[in-house]
Amino acid sequence: MLAVLTALSTLLVGGTAHAATTPCSPDDATACLNVTVTVPGSGPAAGVALSVEGEGETVAATTDAAGKASVPLTAAGEYTVTVDESTLPAGTVLKDPAANPAAVTVALGRSAGRIVQVVPPEQAGAETDEPDGGDASTGAGGGSTGGAGTGADTEAGAEAEASAEASAGPGTNRYAQLVLAGLVFGVLLALAALGANLIYGTTGLSNFSHGELVTLGGMTAFMAVQWWGLPLWLAIIVSTAAGGLMGWLLNRVLFGPLRRRGVGITQQMIVTIGLSLAMLSSFLFFFGARPAPIVSGISQRMQIGPVQISGQSLVSVGIALVVLAAVAFVLARTRLGRATRAVSDNPALAAATGIKVESVVSRVWIVSAALASLGGVLLALYLNTTRFNFGSTLLLLMFAAITLGGLGSPLGAVLGALVIGLVVELSTLVMPSDMRYASALVILILVLLLRPQGILGRAERIG
Amino acid sequence: MDYGQLFTNVLNEMLGPTAIAYALAAIGLNIHFGLTGLINMGQAGFMLLGAYGFAVSTIQGAPLWLAFVVAIGAAVVFALLLGLPTLKLRGDYLAIVTIAAAEIVRMVGRSTALTDVTGGSEGLTGNAFKGTFQDASPFPDDRWALGPITLATNTSNSWWLRLVGWGLVLLACLLVWRLIRSPWGRVLKGIREDEDAVRALGKNVYGYKLQALVLGGVFGALGGVVFVLASSVQADSLGRPVTFNTWTILLLGGAATVFGPVLGALLFWAALVFVRGFLRGVVPPEVLSVQQIEQIGWILVGLTLMMLIVFRPQGILGDKKELAINAR
Repeated sequence: MLAVLTALSTLLVGGTAHAATTPCSPDDATACLNVTVTVPGSGPAAGVALSVEGEGETVAATTDAAGKASVPLTAAGEYTVTVDESTLPAGTVLKDPAANPAAVTVALGRSAGRIVQVVPPEQAGAETDEPDGGDASTGAGGGSTGGAGTGADTEAGAEAEASAEASAGPGTNRYAQLVLAGLVFGVLLALAALGANLIYGTTGLSNFSHGELVTLGGMTAFMAVQWWGLPLWLAIIVSTAAGGLMGWLLNRVLFGPLRRRGVGITQQMIVTIGLSLAMLSSFLFFFGARPAPIVSGISQRMQIGPVQISGQSLVSVGIALVVLAAVAFVLARTRLGRATRAVSDNPALAAATGIKVESVVSRVWIVSAALASLGGVLLALYLNTTRFNFGSTLLLLMFAAITLGGLGSPLGAVLGALVIGLVVELSTLVMPSDMRYASALVILILVLLLRPQGILGRAERIG
Repeated sequence: MDYGQLFTNVLNEMLGPTAIAYALAAIGLNIHFGLTGLINMGQAGFMLLGAYGFAVSTIQGAPLWLAFVVAIGAAVVFALLLGLPTLKLRGDYLAIVTIAAAEIVRMVGRSTALTDVTGGSEGLTGNAFKGTFQDASPFPDDRWALGPITLATNTSNSWWLRLVGWGLVLLACLLVWRLIRSPWGRVLKGIREDEDAVRALGKNVYGYKLQALVLGGVFGALGGVVFVLASSVQADSLGRPVTFNTWTILLLGGAATVFGPVLGALLFWAALVFVRGFLRGVVPPEVLSVQQIEQIGWILVGLTLMMLIVFRPQGILGDKKELAINAR
C-alpha cells in the first residue's frame, strides 16, 4: 500500500518535471503518459521496451536516450504499463518486480508519469519504492525530486522530506525502526521547541517566528560547512551562537521596546507573524528554493539489534540529550533558572521580590533562539537537508509538542515532542507519508479540545 | 523602462480576480477580527475548502448554484468544527487551532491518497470546473478592451469574473455595513471590547462568536472560489502565506470598517505589483533575479504587517479608539 502511494507521489512529481521536454503535450483531447526508466546513481536507461494497455488500445514504446518514453493517449481511464524485462540494460533487474505491470490513471489534459527504477540484482526487492538504507540521499515521497519549489508554492517540498531513519533497510524490523525514528525525531524536535515554550512561559507570547529561528540554525550551518569550509562541530557552535545573537537582537530591538510601550500580547503575536513572513522570504531570497544539505556525504549506517541508525543521527541525538539535560539542570538548580521559573509563575511578583524581569526575559530570548538554532542544525542533519521553509513546516509540530506537553512547562515540551515524534513516524504505517505531519496537527486540536492545559500544564493557564 | 506598461499592470492586478479574492477573504476576516475580536489564522483554509467545494462538485456534475452552495456549506461545516471546541478557550488558542486546521486541509488536499478527488499536489486544472460559470455569462465569447486593459469576456481571468467578483464584494460590504449598525453587530463589538460585560448582560457570547466565525468563513470560501476561477485549484497556492497576506490587507485598510478590507486589497496588490515591476525595470537581472525580486515584495509585506500592528493598528480608515485588541 505504502509502496504504491510512494510510487504515485514520485510519478506525479516526475510527470510535471518532464512534461516540458516530451513531444507529447496534453490538451483537452489528449493525455500524456510519460514513463521514465532510470538506474539510480548512474542515470537513465535507454532502449527499454514497454507497452501501455487500456481503454481498448495497446501502444508500444521504447525509452529514448534520456530514459523517457512518452505515449499520447486519447481516452481517460486506467492504463497498465508493462516493462519488457528482457530489454533492460545488461546486469540490471527491476527494482520492484511486484510493481510490473503497474496501473496508472490517466486524465485528459494532463500528464501522468511513471518512474521505473532498475538496479543491479543484489539491490532489488526493496520494501518501498525508494532507495535502500544505504542510499540515504532520497527521502520518502521523492524528497529530492520534489525540490523544484518556486515562490508560488513556497510551502511545498519540505513536507516531502523524510529521514533515512524512517526507511526500513534489509535486516530491520519495520515497527522497531519507526519507533526509533520517532524517538530520534522527538528528541530533536524537543530541543527546537523548548525555546518557544520558555518564551511563552516568561512573556506569554506565542512566537510564530520560532520556525524561522530553526531555519536560521540550519542555514548558518549550511553556509559554515559548504561556503566557508568549516568542520561540522565548529559549524554547530557557530550556528548556535548565531541563533543566540539573533534572539538577543530580536528582544533588544523589537520585543523589548514593544513590551515597554505596553503593546498587547495579541499585537506582539501578529508582529511575530510578520517577522516570520519577512524572514522566510529572506531565506528564499538568499538561498533559493533548492534543498541545502549541510554535509553532502552519506553517513555510515550501523545495525543495532533489529534497527539501523546513521552515525550522524546518533551524534545528533547525543548532543540533543546532553543539551536538554543541561537546560533542565539550569532551570532546576541555578539562580537564573529559579528566576526564570519565578517570572513564568508571576512576573509582577517576581519583580516585587527584586528579580530583574527584563534581564531574565532577555536571557530567555538568547537561550531560546540558540536552542532553536541548535535544534535546526541537528534536525537538518537528521533530515539530510535544510531548506528555506524547513523550520516553518516544523513550526506547527513544535506548537503541537508544547501544547500537548503543557504551555509554559519545559519538561512538558520534551514529553510532548517525544509523543509527536512517535505519532509522526508511526502514522506512516496507516497513512501516506505526505500526510504524516497532519496527524500531529490533529493531535494538537484534540488536546486543545480535551485537555487544553496539556499533560503537565496547569488548568489556570487557560482563561 | 516602460512606465505606461507598468501602470497598466498595476491597474490590471489591482482590479483583478486575486485582489477580489483577497478582498472577500479580508471582509470575512474583518467579521472575525474587526467586529468580534477572534484571531483566525486559518482564513486560507476556508478559501481552500470553498475552492475544493466548488471545483469538486462541479466536476461531479453539479450545476452552478449547487456548486456555490457546496462551497459555502464546506466553510460552514469547517467553521462549526473549529468553533465548537475552541471558542470557549483564550484567543491565542483559536489562532493556533485555526492555523493548524488550515494546514490539515492543505495537507489532506495535496495528499496522494486523494489524487482522484483533489488532483493531489498537481491540483485540479481550471478547464475541469470553469465550464458552468463561463456558460452563465451573458456576454458573447470575445476579447474586449476597456481603457488600456484588454481581456477575454468569459474565459478564466475575464471581464465576466471581475464583474461577478466585484458584485460579490459590493454585496458583502453592504451586508457588513448593515450588520455593524444592527443589534447583532453591536453585540459582536461588545464581545470584542469586553466579553464578560456582554455575558453579564445575559447574551450568549459563545453563540454569537460561532455565528461570526461561520459568516466570516463563508466570505472566505467565496473568495476562494473567485481565486480558483481565475486559475486552478492547487492546495499549495492557498497556504499559510495567503492568511498572512489577508491579515496585512485587513490591517492596512483598517479593521472594523466597512471599506477597509477592500481598500487594503486594492493598495496591497497595487503596491506589490508596482514594487516588483519597478525593480524589474531598474535593477539589471544579473544583480537580482526575477525570483529574488519577487521575494523582496514578500519581505516588504512581512515588514508592513509588523509596522502596521505596532504603529497604526487601526490602519488607514480605522478608528484607534475602536480597536483596542485585548488578549483574553
